Amino acid sequence: MPFPVDAILFVFLLTMAVVIARRQELFSAAMLTGLFSLLSAGLFTLMDALDVAFTEAAVGAGFSTILLLGALTRTTGLEYQQRRPRTRPLMIVFSTGAALIYGTLDMPHFGDPAAAIHHHVTPDYLARTPVEIDVPNVVTAVLASYRGYDTLGETMVIFVGGVGVLLVLTGRWRWRRRVR
Amino acid sequence: MSASILGLWNYWAVIVLMMTGLYIVTARDNLVKKVMGLNIFQVSVIMFYVSMAKVRGGTAPILVEGEETVLYSNPLPHVLMLTAIVVGVATTALALALVVRIQEAYGTVEEDELVRIDDDDG
Repeated sequence: MPFPVDAILFVFLLTMAVVIARRQELFSAAMLTGLFSLLSAGLFTLMDALDVAFTEAAVGAGFSTILLLGALTRTTGLEYQQRRPRTRPLMIVFSTGAALIYGTLDMPHFGDPAAAIHHHVTPDYLARTPVEIDVPNVVTAVLASYRGYDTLGETMVIFVGGVGVLLVLTGRWRWRRRVR
Repeated sequence: MSASILGLWNYWAVIVLMMTGLYIVTARDNLVKKVMGLNIFQVSVIMFYVSMAKVRGGTAPILVEGEETVLYSNPLPHVLMLTAIVVGVATTALALALVVRIQEAYGTVEEDELVRIDDDDG
């Protein structure tokens, strides 16, 4: 039996998520979300998703953590103790989780080569990429060429997001109010 | 039977992670904490898609030159999840900007206090 690295990573991730949920010092919780992203990048590597792994390591572990820390410096570093009962959220979480697990029951097993998604258009992309695009990395070929418009739309979303952040934080409405 | 159900453990581990994120979003009052929970939820969803793309004995979808019989994992979910990660960061940034605005306007980011302040006003 091979060393179960992925199971150990899952245990680490779960521990980290629980600690994030319980932690009241938000700065350390923010650092832990960065670590969570980094460990999940390791898990993505194990599942052969190298491009996803280094995007997650750069964007999730790096940029998101910086954003969180920046927001914390402008708000508060400490969360208040809550006294109200948590039965309702727990009920929501458990029923949703049970429904999702029920939904996985007739799914193809993890790593099953006979699963439907591996036989629809994927062999086609794998066969055509060396001929049509001539880039060894199929993920890059699909991202930048076959689904290039999709990636363009994604860039647009980032742009709109950036403009939105700027408007919310330093919009003209604020300037007008200051003059008055 | 038990062996056949065990083949799904990876999905279940991801679902447990996902539910921890959902718990943080629903049970915690601090808005920054909610954004952290949303991040955990998002990473778990991405992990779910990447798990579906994995082929046992397969390798990363980077073509090996001159080899015809290599088994590759499915590249398509990877492409979609790359887009999802980047869009997720845009939504995180916007959410945090709104949280900072709420802090400026109300002086707090705790949801129960925000509701109380709004009730007092109205």
